[in-house]
Amino acid sequence: MEMHRTHLTKQEEKILRGGSGEGTQKALELLVAIGDAFDAEKMIPITRAHAASSGQEGDLYFVELLANGGARCRVPTSTNPVYDAEYFDKLFAAPRKEAEVARRVMMAYKRVGAILSWSCAPYLAENIPLFRENVAFSESSATPYVNSVIGARTNREAAQSALAAGIIGKTPEYGLHIRENRRGTCLVRVETPLKDEFEYGLLGYYVGKKIGYGVPVLTGIKRQPTTEELIYFCAMSNTSGAISMFYIPGFTVEAATVKDAFQGEASKDKIEVTKLELKQVYEELQTAKRTTDFILLGCPHYTLKQIEHAAELLNRKKLRQNMDFWICTSATTKMLAERNGYVEAIERAGAHVVADTCIDEPCWIAYKEKTGMTDSPKCAYYRRFRDVRVAKLEDCVRTAVKGKPD
Amino acid sequence: MKSHQIVLKCHRIINGCAEGEALVSHEPVCFYLTDPKTGIVKEKNHELAGRSVRDMVLVFPSGKASSVVQIDGLYKLASNNAAPKAMIVKDVETVLVVSAFIARVPLVDKLERDPFEIIRNGDLVKVDAEEGTVIISRR
Repeated sequence: MEMHRTHLTKQEEKILRGGSGEGTQKALELLVAIGDAFDAEKMIPITRAHAASSGQEGDLYFVELLANGGARCRVPTSTNPVYDAEYFDKLFAAPRKEAEVARRVMMAYKRVGAILSWSCAPYLAENIPLFRENVAFSESSATPYVNSVIGARTNREAAQSALAAGIIGKTPEYGLHIRENRRGTCLVRVETPLKDEFEYGLLGYYVGKKIGYGVPVLTGIKRQPTTEELIYFCAMSNTSGAISMFYIPGFTVEAATVKDAFQGEASKDKIEVTKLELKQVYEELQTAKRTTDFILLGCPHYTLKQIEHAAELLNRKKLRQNMDFWICTSATTKMLAERNGYVEAIERAGAHVVADTCIDEPCWIAYKEKTGMTDSPKCAYYRRFRDVRVAKLEDCVRTAVKGKPD
Repeated sequence: MKSHQIVLKCHRIINGCAEGEALVSHEPVCFYLTDPKTGIVKEKNHELAGRSVRDMVLVFPSGKASSVVQIDGLYKLASNNAAPKAMIVKDVETVLVVSAFIARVPLVDKLERDPFEIIRNGDLVKVDAEEGTVIISRR
């Protein structure tokens, strides 16, 4: 029999031999492979997981493999947005084959007993980790958010490894589950005040690109960052780079001081971010040359506060002709936004609030040859569209409602 | 002609045993940026641009790009029988492990000598993850 470097309990060995069914066996096989790769000593329990489901073929293969093998999640396991094929079918014909993949992916996650949150910010409502909980959270904003803002412990999981961890209720003990590996690696001196989430997004984009991989420790931030600002920093730094964790001593929970963040050691690497660097990042993102055809917001999913802000800006206004305007959010947030009257104000202007949907899905095929505008550099990065302009929400609304094209 | 053979110890990540011609990339590889039918690297300015990873023993420093696209990329190659036979890497991350697991491509790291110094394009390489060995034959 094959030997594993990761020590397994008798019960885990039994699962690996197929004693709990084929689906559960496959899930543990993947975790053991990861444990072997990182020389993990053992498996440790996790309390929750978030699988960054995507509605693509690789995703479908694995979740169906587990579902068909009878696997069920042992701990709460939330899911990322895919898209509501029925909803989009009425608007523009999404390619049939892809719609079928999306439908099957969503069904399979239901069969394994996942929380059908279809949200990329589950840490706000549907699946909230606690301080120092060991969890397995995939998704670019989710991994750094739960590590840094909440102080839970997760590695930079793939959808499949997070799902496998949710099925088994365990993950190999390696990486960011071990305190020493959570030590800061680079000091980032922020020498300019940041106004809003858009500017935090630019900072994140710069830090991710500059550091690539590591644990930045940010200083110079004077004001308590908002939830939205932290989300944008997380999403962008983990897209332009692979930032799974960061510190803002004084504001994030795990280290009260810079010294604590570096666990008493001196930082070797230092970078400085001034107004100039943020301006350069902004300019680098301005690749769109043509007139804006559509606005696409909610990457990551808009929070209730952001939807309220959009509703205020769109209130008593009308989108100009041939302009489409989309806000993606979770079903939970959309329900509250409806209750509060924000959705009505947005729809009266001619814009849409859509739940369960990611900006990187084939349902947006109608815009393939069009130019969009978004407040998220991450949305622009996916290149599902001809071109995407990046600007603040206020500028997106201004472009969408003014009489003539920009 | 007698071939020259080197046997190196390695660290198993994804089990399996396969043999093929070596294809060395000094740059990280994103499987999403290959043609899913032919395995030809489409990424502009990439060292392997225009070459196919199909049936090769791919030697590269690490994977790159978001988890979703990387896994989907290697999975599609494998479904079309266009994936590498085996992979030898220097720095492993979770996403690459998951990709190789799903595509069932043997994956090893921690060769006892630097693979970029020892392995050249065209060498015949046998990766035996189970035994923890890489055998390099040069004709």
